Amino acid sequence: MSYQLPTFRHPELPVNELGYTRADYEGAISTLCAGCGHDSISGAIVRACHELSLEPHRIAKLSGIGCSSKAPTYFLGKSHGFNSVHGRMPSVVSGAAMANRDLLYLGVSGDGDTASIGMGQFAHAIRRNLNMVYIVMNNGCYGLTKGQDSATADEGSASKKGDANPFSAIDLPGLALQLGASFVARSFSGDKGQLVPLIKAAISHRGFALIDVVSPCVTFNNNAASTKSYDFVREHAEATGTVDFIPMREEITASYAAGHAHEVTLHDGSVLHLEKLSEDLDPFDRVSALVALEQYRARGQILTGLIYMNKDSRDLHDVLETSRRPLNSLREEDLCPGNKVLVNINASLR
Amino acid sequence: MQALQSVNEFVIKFANVNGTGSASANNLFAKAIFRMGLPVCPKNIFPSNIQGLPTWYEVRVSERGYLGRRGGVDIMLSVNPQSMPQDIRELEPGGYFIHDNTKPLDLRLIRSDVTIIGIPLTRICNEQYKDPRQRQLFKNVIYVGALAALLDMDFAVLTELVEDQFKGKEKLILPNIHALELGYQYTKENIACPLGIRVRRADKVGDQVLLDGNTALGLGAIYGGATVAAWYPITPSTSVVDAFERYAKRLRIDPGTGRKNYAILQAEDELAAMGMVVGASWNGARAFTATSGPGLSLMSEFLGLAYFAEIPTVLFDVQRAGPSTGMPTRTQQSDVLSAAYASHGDTKQVLLFPSTPKECFDFAALSFDLAERLQTPIILLTDLDLGMNDNMSPPLVWDDERQYDRGKVLNAEDLDQIERYGRYLDVDGDAICYRTIPGTHPEKGAFFTRGTSRDEYAVYTEKGEEYEKNMHRLMAKWETIKQWVPGPVEQAAGRDTDTAVLFFGTSEESSMEALDYLVEEDGIHLNAMRVRAFPFNHEVEAFIARHQRVFVIEQNRDAQLRTLLMAEFELGPDKLKSVLCFDGTPISARNIRKQILQQMPGYNVTPLRRDKLVGGLGE
Repeated sequence: MSYQLPTFRHPELPVNELGYTRADYEGAISTLCAGCGHDSISGAIVRACHELSLEPHRIAKLSGIGCSSKAPTYFLGKSHGFNSVHGRMPSVVSGAAMANRDLLYLGVSGDGDTASIGMGQFAHAIRRNLNMVYIVMNNGCYGLTKGQDSATADEGSASKKGDANPFSAIDLPGLALQLGASFVARSFSGDKGQLVPLIKAAISHRGFALIDVVSPCVTFNNNAASTKSYDFVREHAEATGTVDFIPMREEITASYAAGHAHEVTLHDGSVLHLEKLSEDLDPFDRVSALVALEQYRARGQILTGLIYMNKDSRDLHDVLETSRRPLNSLREEDLCPGNKVLVNINASLR
Repeated sequence: MQALQSVNEFVIKFANVNGTGSASANNLFAKAIFRMGLPVCPKNIFPSNIQGLPTWYEVRVSERGYLGRRGGVDIMLSVNPQSMPQDIRELEPGGYFIHDNTKPLDLRLIRSDVTIIGIPLTRICNEQYKDPRQRQLFKNVIYVGALAALLDMDFAVLTELVEDQFKGKEKLILPNIHALELGYQYTKENIACPLGIRVRRADKVGDQVLLDGNTALGLGAIYGGATVAAWYPITPSTSVVDAFERYAKRLRIDPGTGRKNYAILQAEDELAAMGMVVGASWNGARAFTATSGPGLSLMSEFLGLAYFAEIPTVLFDVQRAGPSTGMPTRTQQSDVLSAAYASHGDTKQVLLFPSTPKECFDFAALSFDLAERLQTPIILLTDLDLGMNDNMSPPLVWDDERQYDRGKVLNAEDLDQIERYGRYLDVDGDAICYRTIPGTHPEKGAFFTRGTSRDEYAVYTEKGEEYEKNMHRLMAKWETIKQWVPGPVEQAAGRDTDTAVLFFGTSEESSMEALDYLVEEDGIHLNAMRVRAFPFNHEVEAFIARHQRVFVIEQNRDAQLRTLLMAEFELGPDKLKSVLCFDGTPISARNIRKQILQQMPGYNVTPLRRDKLVGGLGE
């Protein structure tokens, strides 16, 4: 059951360029557990989309199955949504993106949905550089079926039941880098200051943009022995640097000291400003990104922020050379060769 | 024993080694017969391996127009020592066995009731060609030349065909014609020509074409407006998307920009292929996938979602012999039940059963209209026999006035007129609801597509009455669907009868031929019906009701169409009798006749007795 939010809104809520308030980007009331990290991520999505002045109906939000995949109900109520089947959101987005290249595709998944049943589809969406934002709400456990370890649970980490996980974890940003992802970031649901600009940058990036968000499960995986608990992540997260995103519509006034900052102009004219803090990371070099991820992991720390970005990314439509007009807008005159051509084909078959 | 005598009515079979390039030579022979105005039906019977194993190519030539498998072989051209014992056994008494006598034939193989003809193919090649690959390839062309002499074929037709075939590769024309001449001359000079079996020009082909069903499906998808194809390679359906791509590259390039008005995604597996089709269709594009039985199994999860969430999808299933990997390169009609009820829970999927390349083309294009009109998956079931063999077919026709039926889709103006949009509201009473395409309207029309239960406004609910209401509507929609799918085709017997046959797809040609035999040789007259879609409509129900017994002819072990008829019409086991073939070869007319004759006296084989019905009858 989804409960709708009350329609009353304060008349003085700030509006964006389209005249929408933040409430216009919200969805139904969440039925996730109070304190669930996923709700914070939903809030960050709402804020990012509002601040970017995106038209809600031009966003398609898709998910698989699981707690995380329920989350799209709780944001962007004016967007078309698709709760597909377990682990198969990437293929549905692939088809949808082929049909209409002009919408923004926001995929939401979980660690079970992505790193187990959906691993194959996740990997192949990356290698095709599908133009989408892929957010993993990563809590290291299966909340809907009462707390089993997922494939992203760290070795030795224990869920509520208390048994330490005997298996090594799949690190989604590391995997994505190896598979050639063109945008890889990690964040923490409790760090909106970092997450919101990352989401904005991911939206403006052309190609596959992964944001792996550690999002504690308050019910089954927020205990002292868990490496995906609020306390653990707060104590062990290390940011690559500060990330600031300046949409193309705003006047660009930011100025930073040379040698400490990168400014990247994205394909839509937006500017991504990165102030580098991590000594080990060049976010435009895949090898450096992989090395940094491993180094932080070896230290028992979680590297967050923008980990890698390919500034010259070509998305799937670029590679396939598909029509600039959305395929779903083509009509008989564009698609059907007519009987005259068929007459010639018949003649060639005799 | 008198050698077989026949003009324009015979079966010839080529026994080759897989991977030696024989297919194009055999095809050259079949097409030459076709160009001489004779109905022809070539069937490739090939192993599921890369090279080295026996492979066969059977050609039915029939001036009377029979295009199915008859059963039996009149002429065997065997150039594969490995299969010779089996090959010579298959010959009809009085038949002709043609072999390469560069090495003498094993005396133990010789049958006294067969005419044995030796042509030194290897020796001729070794004398003419130095290159080993040329020796191998031209050996096949030489035996086609020899057949031209033996069967009294029009040699000019062969040379014309070679010229057409190698247009653009002119330097290959003369060597091929030379090889044809080598075979022709040797045979004319050394063997009494023609044989008792021969061909004579006729005018029985008209404007028909020779086309394989998979290419016809690909073309149907082009004409039907498909813009997204997502697939995973699998025999025998791979050439569907190959054909789509081949024609799309020619016919679907945007003239202004040079960019593609289509997208083809080779998925990582069948699950993803179907997901892509679902996503593209949900987003308003016409999308399809092509697969075979193992792929259908993997796609079932998404088919259930598409059924329940009412997303138009199109799937072409080119059936092969199952279960599991089964016989990947052999034909069957054994995905009927798994397609009809694909996925868990209460699902029913719409099936189309074409039986000719023209119907493949027509039904492929139609399936996109049906999917959008009915908002449900459309599964088009063909098989390897239709899909991968050249079948004679009426020419393909397109009505240039035809508009695509996009079904009930609301645009922004429509949504402006509506106070509250309900995705699953039955507004028109036909149980088909209005859908919206993402991105259409800033305020209205957005909803959540999901496989979980929801109310008429697409809001998640687990209220039992809401769920039941939705499931009842889906059944009501099933009734609506019956009026939109292609109806059955009936053929009345020459006289009154209370017995009939019912079949679908590629069983048609052999079934109709068997009915002729039953009339001519046994005095048995049977009415006939070919079903062309599931759900079965009322005509099918009435046809069965009109008859005391109906033989259901199909190519699987478990009588799947019969099961479906029994389940849908709540029939008892006595009414429908099975005629089955599931050895991986297309069912033959003789086989059908034999099984019907066995069951005719007293109709007392009740219920299905598979051991009695099918053992050893797959000739």
